Amino acid sequence: MADFVLELKAITKTFPGVKALDNVQFQLKPGEIHALMGENGAGKSTFIKVITGVHPPNGGEMLLGGTRVDFKNPNEAKRAGIAAIYQHVTCYPDLSVTENIFMGHEKIHHGTKRIRWHAMHEEAQRLLTELGAGFDPKSQMGALSVAEQQIVEIAKALSMDAKVIIMDEPTAALTKRESEELYRIAEQLRDQGKSIIFISHRFEDMYRLASRVTVFRDSKYIGTWEVDEITNNDLIVAMVGREITQLFPKNVPRIGEELLRAEGLGRTGYFADISFKLHRGEIVGFTGLVGAGRTEVFQTIFGITAYDRGELYLKGEKVAIKDPLEAMKLGIGYLPEDRQKQGLVLDWEIGQNITLPTLDRFVTKGALDTDKEAAVAKTLAEKLNVKAKSIFDLVSSLSGGNQQKVVFAKLLTADLDILILDEPTKGVDVGAKSAIYDIIRGLADQGYGIIMVSSEMPEMLGMCDRITVMREGRITALLERAEATQEAILKASMASGGASG
Amino acid sequence: MEQRIVTNRRPFSWKSFLLQWEWMLVLIFIGINIMNMSLSEYYWSFDSLRDATMTFLDKAFIVLPMVLIIILGDIDISVASIVALASVIMADLYTMGVPMPLAMLICLAVGTLCGFVNGLLIVKFKELSAVIVTLSTMIIYRGIAYIILEDQAAGKFPDWFSFLGWGYVGPVPFILIVFAVFAAAFILLLHKTTFGRRVYAMGNNITASRFSGVQVDKIKLIVFTLAGFMAAVTALFLTSRMGSTRPNVATGYELDVIAMVVLGGISTAGGKGKMIGAILAVFLIGFLRYGLGLVNVPAQMLLIILGLLLIVAVMIPKIKLGKQGRI
Repeated sequence: MADFVLELKAITKTFPGVKALDNVQFQLKPGEIHALMGENGAGKSTFIKVITGVHPPNGGEMLLGGTRVDFKNPNEAKRAGIAAIYQHVTCYPDLSVTENIFMGHEKIHHGTKRIRWHAMHEEAQRLLTELGAGFDPKSQMGALSVAEQQIVEIAKALSMDAKVIIMDEPTAALTKRESEELYRIAEQLRDQGKSIIFISHRFEDMYRLASRVTVFRDSKYIGTWEVDEITNNDLIVAMVGREITQLFPKNVPRIGEELLRAEGLGRTGYFADISFKLHRGEIVGFTGLVGAGRTEVFQTIFGITAYDRGELYLKGEKVAIKDPLEAMKLGIGYLPEDRQKQGLVLDWEIGQNITLPTLDRFVTKGALDTDKEAAVAKTLAEKLNVKAKSIFDLVSSLSGGNQQKVVFAKLLTADLDILILDEPTKGVDVGAKSAIYDIIRGLADQGYGIIMVSSEMPEMLGMCDRITVMREGRITALLERAEATQEAILKASMASGGASG
Repeated sequence: MEQRIVTNRRPFSWKSFLLQWEWMLVLIFIGINIMNMSLSEYYWSFDSLRDATMTFLDKAFIVLPMVLIIILGDIDISVASIVALASVIMADLYTMGVPMPLAMLICLAVGTLCGFVNGLLIVKFKELSAVIVTLSTMIIYRGIAYIILEDQAAGKFPDWFSFLGWGYVGPVPFILIVFAVFAAAFILLLHKTTFGRRVYAMGNNITASRFSGVQVDKIKLIVFTLAGFMAAVTALFLTSRMGSTRPNVATGYELDVIAMVVLGGISTAGGKGKMIGAILAVFLIGFLRYGLGLVNVPAQMLLIILGLLLIVAVMIPKIKLGKQGRI
């Protein structure tokens, strides 16, 4: 028996003009959960694609159980016992759970070639029970939550007798409770002798689960450590390549006049009794579990949907906002939660994206003045330090953090007083996160009133002057900076019974 | 590794300039003319080419707004029915004694109203796609035209009315002048105004457009209303050319128009394409028809050639993309 289930030596993968992996190594022990970390673009995804046979490497070798393997396609990797589970589950939403589990390796009657539905359902049920899932294998895949779909993917891996399971940012779309459930399953699999490669941006995931951690940076292997033996700071240095002295900027709020006041806002079926105040220069946080109604409240205030109860006051005057254009004219900007779907036109240039909300300003004699437009876009892109060759680069070519800076730039072209930032650092790596925190604090210092919606406890505590906690569409706590603690927020976001799973 | 924004100018490359689909259309257009010239000695004369444009330009008016609709990622298949309804109402009113100029204005108003109704239905009932809405109104508008005229012809318009379809200003056909004016207006609208930029934005990502303060419903409503108005313009010229009208006029125009737009390089997935491409496609198909008609190539053969051209038009951008996608 080899020491390692999976060992990769000196793997190099080049695409024309790009070295995506440069002499990278990796060792996976049997029955181990091994975290793989690195900033976006560090080469993690390419590495996974090499292991799963999507991209055959240009150099180096891969040993599975001590013998050399050369996968030419994903099917060979699957048959050899390697399975990958992705953050965005790649499933057939209209088919049943059973069909999804057995897709591509259905149980077939030897003589008649008929599909053995009964046996498949039974096997699926057995796998799901083993994983502690409560749903029926006959239910439709699309009707399940993301967390449940991931469990189905894990069941699929088990049904193919996978020895190595790769989880690519599985917790990114999960709530705290669902993440706990996933941790439990991962540990259960480990105890059964499976080996797991766990990719995540969350340090929490790594500390909770992994025994060892490997870090990649700029397509290179940086090192592997026992998790207990490396400090958080050293790990960040390994990932970023420089010391981030302080993740959150110093906070000296200068609170000014009242900008926005909500009184008893409600939308039937979504939220009720939402009252809060926002002042100039202040950052007010809204947190709570996913589904607590935070996004719904602020999309209503931005005019995407309508509220049916309560009143909204802007600088003391009552307003009714019918669409986003009016909200922006009144000085309210919104940075949406999903930057790819709601924030950007991915196939467009950086500059065109930046000016989309304020096109009317660049009109000379009825026509769009593209020189004027480019000048403004360039200034803003530089101000926010968007890393690109020019503002004519396509947004789709940028990393997540730089894409998010473009969405910020869109807000700065308008004359706004109030910025509503919905999960401003979602899917962004550590280095870019710190840059975005600086941007947000800078904007507050310039006199913007900022509402920050986030599920991430550390950034709530680090950034906000006040924190509002929501649960099931209602505000359950309003905490001043001094009294805000992780415990207090958790207590207010969980169900009143206190019990959670 | 700090990379800063360095250039202020849009990078220009001859390669991407020359690789545009519109150049391909120009080449095909030249090819068709050479082919036609070798097929028939009567083809290459100013008079006959000039007169040929008069026969195919009527539906070209609808091509212009259809470009906007397809860039939005939508489609309007009711345009031919709007032509019929507007034409029939104009003829019926004139027969009942309404003065012709007024009947013509009402024709334009009817078309505009039909387009507005399409737009309103599409905007108000988001769960219905534009295909379904305009399929329904296609049947309804045509149906109303049949109720009004009951499968008869109506006509006997005043003599001056035939000027629209047959008249010349100097050596240039009147219809060509009007088309040139509208074409210029639509090119400016799509490529030089904020409206056009917003149409492209919506075709690429309607959700992000909405979050960026683009009034998506308003723009959609305007675009579909424009299509109705331009269908009525077609009705004026078509009716003038034919001298009379029936409820079944312009049958199949919607497919011709959509084919011209797609051949012009406008992606049915939305968000991409240029107005000039569709205008080139109008002349390309028109001259191809005329040339092959001169040498008595059967109409069916012509359809096959058009079909092949369309497949090429749809495939070319995919081939280009495929190469880039491989990194």
